[in-house]
Amino acid sequence: MAKIIYIEHNGAEHVIDVKTGLSVMEGAVKNNIPGIDADCGGACACATCHVYVDEAWRGKTGTPSAMEESMLDFAENVEANSRLSCQIKVSDEIDGLIVRMPESQH
Amino acid sequence: MNETVRGVVVVGAGHAGGTAAALLRQYGYAGPIALIGEEPVAPYQRPPLSKAWLKGEADADALMLRPEGFYAETGIDLILNARVTAIDRSGRAISLADGRTLPYDTLILATGARARTLDIPGADLAGILTLRSAADAEALKAALGPGKRIAVIGGGYIGLEVAASARALGAEAVVIEREPRILARVACETLSTFFTDYHRAQGVAFEVAAQVEAFEGEAGQVTGVRLGDGRTIACDVVLVGVGAPPNVELAAQAGLECVGGIVVDEQSRTADPAIFAIGDVTHRPLPRYERMFRLESVANALEQARQAACAIVGRPAPAHEVTWNWSDQYDLKYQFAGLPFEVDDIVVRGDPAGAKFAVFHLKGDIVQAVEAINAGAEFMGGRQLIAQRRPISRARLADMAVSMKEVAA
Repeated sequence: MAKIIYIEHNGAEHVIDVKTGLSVMEGAVKNNIPGIDADCGGACACATCHVYVDEAWRGKTGTPSAMEESMLDFAENVEANSRLSCQIKVSDEIDGLIVRMPESQH
Repeated sequence: MNETVRGVVVVGAGHAGGTAAALLRQYGYAGPIALIGEEPVAPYQRPPLSKAWLKGEADADALMLRPEGFYAETGIDLILNARVTAIDRSGRAISLADGRTLPYDTLILATGARARTLDIPGADLAGILTLRSAADAEALKAALGPGKRIAVIGGGYIGLEVAASARALGAEAVVIEREPRILARVACETLSTFFTDYHRAQGVAFEVAAQVEAFEGEAGQVTGVRLGDGRTIACDVVLVGVGAPPNVELAAQAGLECVGGIVVDEQSRTADPAIFAIGDVTHRPLPRYERMFRLESVANALEQARQAACAIVGRPAPAHEVTWNWSDQYDLKYQFAGLPFEVDDIVVRGDPAGAKFAVFHLKGDIVQAVEAINAGAEFMGGRQLIAQRRPISRARLADMAVSMKEVAA
């Protein structure tokens, strides 16, 4: 288990214990947290699980694959700390991770 | 007074129905919601059944659309193992096979599609499978493994994904296709050639322009597929993947218009103001192409679930999406968006030999559709161009030195 802090665009904060091995996206969907749509279910095919990784955690969440990067390039309101949350695996390393959600995934 | 106990009844607990019910709650709908499904399990994702799940890379839990307990916690009455037998439109109620009736204010039909089967000699032999449900997938997975040989009838997405997964599980695979090329109904020739070559390199055999005459068997178990030219393709198991007709019977019986799908408008409403229809079962408008069409995809199921949920709670209608879908085979990510209607030219960007390229379908200078292999920027940029309907330069589109971002800008 690792604690993940999901912050919706309106500021609503959700502190969730997520099983290691799941993705940050799955942690949100399985706990019914709005703001991460994940239309493709985690196949890195749709870019609707876009999040902003808190600056303090950017070093620990790895670097996006070429596929993820090219998808993100066309997402709305993309920033340097943008990631697709289906591509971030939950581990003890990222216990306490803070991710913020964009206004819209579509 | 009676009206206050009525709520939304969703018939069909698949991706579309499950999402619609969940979205109604997310959007603040406080009335009763009943979600009725024929399968014994809560809504789950079907796409992985032929991909990650079949290869053993995702477990059943990962497939669930919502966590266990979600429906009870959010006051959604999930009624499983249940079949709806009739809609009483004037009384606004549905009947279940067990004799119960449920009244509704609003009805959402999300009855989906079913796998088409082949009515040919030997069709009742054991080992002839289709793939639609989790139970189907369990049966298929149990039949695959090292030393097994699967004959896949139909070279569409399902068939090719199953062939790829079968190879990953150590089984042999042969794909039998009626048309002269695989993916004939859904992809361009460049893609058909690419996938044929890629699958061949992975050890998959193909029989194209082949008629399937009969299944042959021994002791009740399928042992081969007999083709029109007299040859028999030996196999231990058959997967029939030849399309999925929509489950329109309930709607048609109730007098709702069906044209190869339940006819709906841009908000997923049928002609009956109390009845919506969403997902694979609908014949829906495609505003960008000025026509009606039946789409079979998760993206469509989700878009229409959003449309219906928004309309029911009185939220503004969501923006029209560009239709899209994806397929995973081996290390290939195939993403496609739009539909190639009235296309007069194609532009290939990138190199098929390098397994990283995209095919753009043009009507004049407007992008109508894109098919991308391991090319996320081309897919996303293409989707944007399709949405904007803005003329593009073919030369720039074909030029890899010009980034997709610049092409789409």
